[in-house]
Amino acid sequence: MWALFLLLFLPLFALPLLVVLGASFATHWSGVLPSGPTTAHYASATRGEALQALTTSLVTAVTASLIALAAGTWAALAAAELRKRHRKALDALFVLPLAVPSVVVGLATLVAFSQPPMLLNGTRWIVIIAHTVLVTAFAHQSVSAALTRLDPAYEQAAASLGASPAYVLWRVRLPLLLPSLTAAAGLCFALSMGELSATMMLYPPDWTPLPVLIYAATDRGALFTGSAVAAVLMAATLLVLLGVSRIRTRASYR
Amino acid sequence: MSAGNGAAVRGRAAYLWALPPVALLALFFLYPLALVAQQSFQPDTGGTSLEPYADVLASAAFREALWTTVWLALAATAGCLVLGFALALVIAFVPFPGARAVARFVDVFLSFPSFLITLALLFVYGTVGMANGAWTDLTGDAEGPFRFLTTPWGVLLAEITYFTPFVMRPLLAAFSQLDTAQIEAAGSLGARAPRIVRQIILPEALPALAAGGSLVLVLCLNEFGIVLFTGAKGVTTLPTLVYGKAILESDYPGACVVAVVNVLISVGLYGLYRVVSRRARA
Repeated sequence: MWALFLLLFLPLFALPLLVVLGASFATHWSGVLPSGPTTAHYASATRGEALQALTTSLVTAVTASLIALAAGTWAALAAAELRKRHRKALDALFVLPLAVPSVVVGLATLVAFSQPPMLLNGTRWIVIIAHTVLVTAFAHQSVSAALTRLDPAYEQAAASLGASPAYVLWRVRLPLLLPSLTAAAGLCFALSMGELSATMMLYPPDWTPLPVLIYAATDRGALFTGSAVAAVLMAATLLVLLGVSRIRTRASYR
Repeated sequence: MSAGNGAAVRGRAAYLWALPPVALLALFFLYPLALVAQQSFQPDTGGTSLEPYADVLASAAFREALWTTVWLALAATAGCLVLGFALALVIAFVPFPGARAVARFVDVFLSFPSFLITLALLFVYGTVGMANGAWTDLTGDAEGPFRFLTTPWGVLLAEITYFTPFVMRPLLAAFSQLDTAQIEAAGSLGARAPRIVRQIILPEALPALAAGGSLVLVLCLNEFGIVLFTGAKGVTTLPTLVYGKAILESDYPGACVVAVVNVLISVGLYGLYRVVSRRARA
């Protein structure tokens, strides 16, 4: 049973990540193992075009995550105050971006913001808008799940002692929600860092995130350079996830 | 002011608070989607007609993409269900050190984008890569036998690899609530492992399997990165067709038609998934 598990699990899940990591240090892969060890790909993956792509991805992901977190939390808090039927309608509305293919979110953003009154095509904002729309659903799901688990006794106690609703929100509810908020922030960040489908429809030449660069590299056959950039992407994502320290995944909020 | 009146005022305030996020969502998501739907009825020749639909639905490229999307999604879902069930069984019922580490690893795995899997498979099964390299080393042939990567089978393998954890999650949650006394009783009465799995564990796992399976079905229908990275010109799914029509051919009405079809299928299935997963949790 053990052997069977390792036989299935390791090749399927651990191997892909190791392979990308191995290839990023290699110049050839014609045998069982990669050959021609080099760090040249990393040298090129951390300067010029690739470095710019890294900052592009980081800025996009941080901006999108923060806006999504604010909007998603606001929506979840507001929905919790509504009557049951309206609350369900609001929740369904905010889950909708999960059900719509992200390519279509990209197409819709492209169509809407390529025409007046909001002409944003060709700017970085069109990419950030699409990313925000895509991750807001996860932020909202995460916070509204946490809200239903919240013990109402704390806020009732605070309110009965004369605390204003704003004070209760700021000093009682938000601190209690903080673990979920950081988890949601990490998830939003990771998703935005790896977003490819909507980005491919939208990115202007001067705002190229990492996944697009990885695709461009592999498409022209530069697989090893692409792997090094992919390793940089994985490392940057992991570092931030470790920073917020609670790793949640999109599977838990779908 | 009476108490009832106060509640009504508070109720109205609650709706006012709900307004800003809804307005943002409408502006940045619902309005763009509505524009896509509108443009799908506006052919390049002008006016409003069903012409884009007639053109796209009659085209061989669309039908082939639709068929490829559907069978790939169904096959990948079946693969994920079988593999995910087997792996979840082992993780849940065979005690071994590091089960927590495995769960942690799966979480990390899911925080990476899907196209990394295809990138890795290029090194494992690509024309230059591990499997073919091993073959040429062993047999001395000039080329290895593995060349399925740029076919739908390559997409299928990558999708099964990437989406299996989405099935494992609800299953592990269901298994953790399973009464082990039942299994021990069956075992002490002489039931062997396959029979225990079939008659005790499988019935308990069915709602979780249904929930995980329908989620993976939606995710596979909408998968873009894996198909794009495969680089196979022969494999076109609905999402890559949307991309191709809009960006490569600049045929926006056509892209919008495919997008509308894709959204209808996806939202319908996702609604089904929500219903099923709510049942699974209840």
